[in-house]
Amino acid sequence: MKTIRIGCGQGFWGDWPEAPRRLVEDGPLDYLVMDYLAEITMSILQKQKARDPKLGYAKDFVVVAEQILRTCIEKGIRIIANAGGVNPRACAEAVRAVAEKMALGPQTRIGIVSGDDIVPRLEEFLGRGIELPNMETRESMRSIRSRVQSANVYFGAWPIVEALRQGANIIITGRCTDTGLSLAPMIHEFGWHEEDWNLLAAGTIAGHTVECGAQCTGGNSLSQWERVPNLAEVGYPIIEAGEDGSFVITKHKGSGGRVDVPTVKEQLVYEMGDPREYITPDVVADFTTIYLEQEGRDRVRFSGIQGRPATAFYKVSVSYTAGWKAVGTLVYAWPQAFEKARAADRILRTRLKNLGLNFEEALTEFLGVDACHGPLSGTPDPQIPEVQWRFGVRSQIRDDVERFSRELVPLVLNGPPTVTGFAGGRPKVEEVIAYWPALIPKSEVQPVVELL
Amino acid sequence: MKIQLLQLAHARSGDKGDTANIGLIALKEEYYPTLVREVTTARVKKHFRGICKGKVERYEIPNLHALNFLLHESLGGGGTVSLKTDAQGKTYSTAMLRMMIDVPPSLLKDRSGEKKKTRKR
Repeated sequence: MKTIRIGCGQGFWGDWPEAPRRLVEDGPLDYLVMDYLAEITMSILQKQKARDPKLGYAKDFVVVAEQILRTCIEKGIRIIANAGGVNPRACAEAVRAVAEKMALGPQTRIGIVSGDDIVPRLEEFLGRGIELPNMETRESMRSIRSRVQSANVYFGAWPIVEALRQGANIIITGRCTDTGLSLAPMIHEFGWHEEDWNLLAAGTIAGHTVECGAQCTGGNSLSQWERVPNLAEVGYPIIEAGEDGSFVITKHKGSGGRVDVPTVKEQLVYEMGDPREYITPDVVADFTTIYLEQEGRDRVRFSGIQGRPATAFYKVSVSYTAGWKAVGTLVYAWPQAFEKARAADRILRTRLKNLGLNFEEALTEFLGVDACHGPLSGTPDPQIPEVQWRFGVRSQIRDDVERFSRELVPLVLNGPPTVTGFAGGRPKVEEVIAYWPALIPKSEVQPVVELL
Repeated sequence: MKIQLLQLAHARSGDKGDTANIGLIALKEEYYPTLVREVTTARVKKHFRGICKGKVERYEIPNLHALNFLLHESLGGGGTVSLKTDAQGKTYSTAMLRMMIDVPPSLLKDRSGEKKKTRKR
């Protein structure tokens, strides 16, 4: 049976810079996929593009391309990344420049997948009664129209498949599902069809398993975490995919980390909703049909996966501005560290109240005491060596958040004693970006695939 | 006898907007029925009081010996709106494992003497 090896070298923008290079150099591989886009990323990239039309993509990807391009071309490894952000063409041009500089121009065929950015079409949609209602509240997108920062459709695997068919060996996409990045090479290599729902579900679940990088190879693993070997050189995940839809999750020999049933299960349930309905643009995958088997060291085999027909909609993510926030911290030391921190909190709240400031929320947390588990944390040790007090506010009124940021630091001289940790100065005022999840009929948007 | 869920399960948690998801996975296959019986939506809602302001949903994934919980309105607005340190609910996995549940004493008997079910390859 034909098999291909697909590695995931980046679970999010900011993941380990070493991982892509190690994946392509340290063992056999056919495809390298990398995920760069989170919801917050799209709004940041829109802002960058507004300032400079040559920006708006994940610049880190260009650095990675320079590290791995020669190896990938020599070994015939194809690269697929959603690094294009809101400007896939500019990203492709930057990679093209790197390839030319490395004298690899003729061998580099860059595919671009775009068409996901629907900001320019929002008026047209609203005019035609496509209201993009919020999936949770059902409210029309009109209510946030004036505050929209970015709006992107999530495409799936098929536009990437088209780019592969056209002969691209580096594919740069805009908004595209993480799972689609890995599913596309399987469709392309095995000739799967648009209605092979079980196969598409299998490829989708393979993609979901590797989409967070080392989070399925022993990273962030709660199961016997102290015994995960050599996390310093953790191997990023590889799908060994078979044309019948069965696959093995593994990693390069000699790399650190661990691939076993528990590490894989933890990733399977990550960010899960209804396990019988994992909806992507390509298929509806059923996680209750997965059969897992440890078939060797660092090898977990998946089989039995079933899927159902894809829906008639693409998911849309709209980002919009939603006020201002600031968060600051101070550290109080033994003795009575927690009591001092609580006293500081009371004093600050009184001062903010006296100023008549208007906050939607003012949140207190005590790191070392209750920040992660809240009321479940239990009573802290009375001899606790130190406590970090963390105070955050959010408001529609920028001036009120600014005023707050001037009230925290004075407490080091005019509040409870043995306080430190204010070297960062005043809390930084940041604009809040919120997200509006919606659906759009697939017939309304067409992906654009081209070669550069 | 009462034991902490930590002895029976591992978990991973994440976010979707203001909803946290917690996948709870039995450490051994034979623990799964106990999880299904004891870790109900009502128990989870009560366990997360002060954190989960909305409803709790539960899905069974028997093939993975796992339960998936959705805790609505639990992340202070979620994502970038939230002021919380753990705005994405990444540590709710172990918050769940703090739960004390009732089990028959026989459940935790040392079974290390039994023949291990490993597959040769």
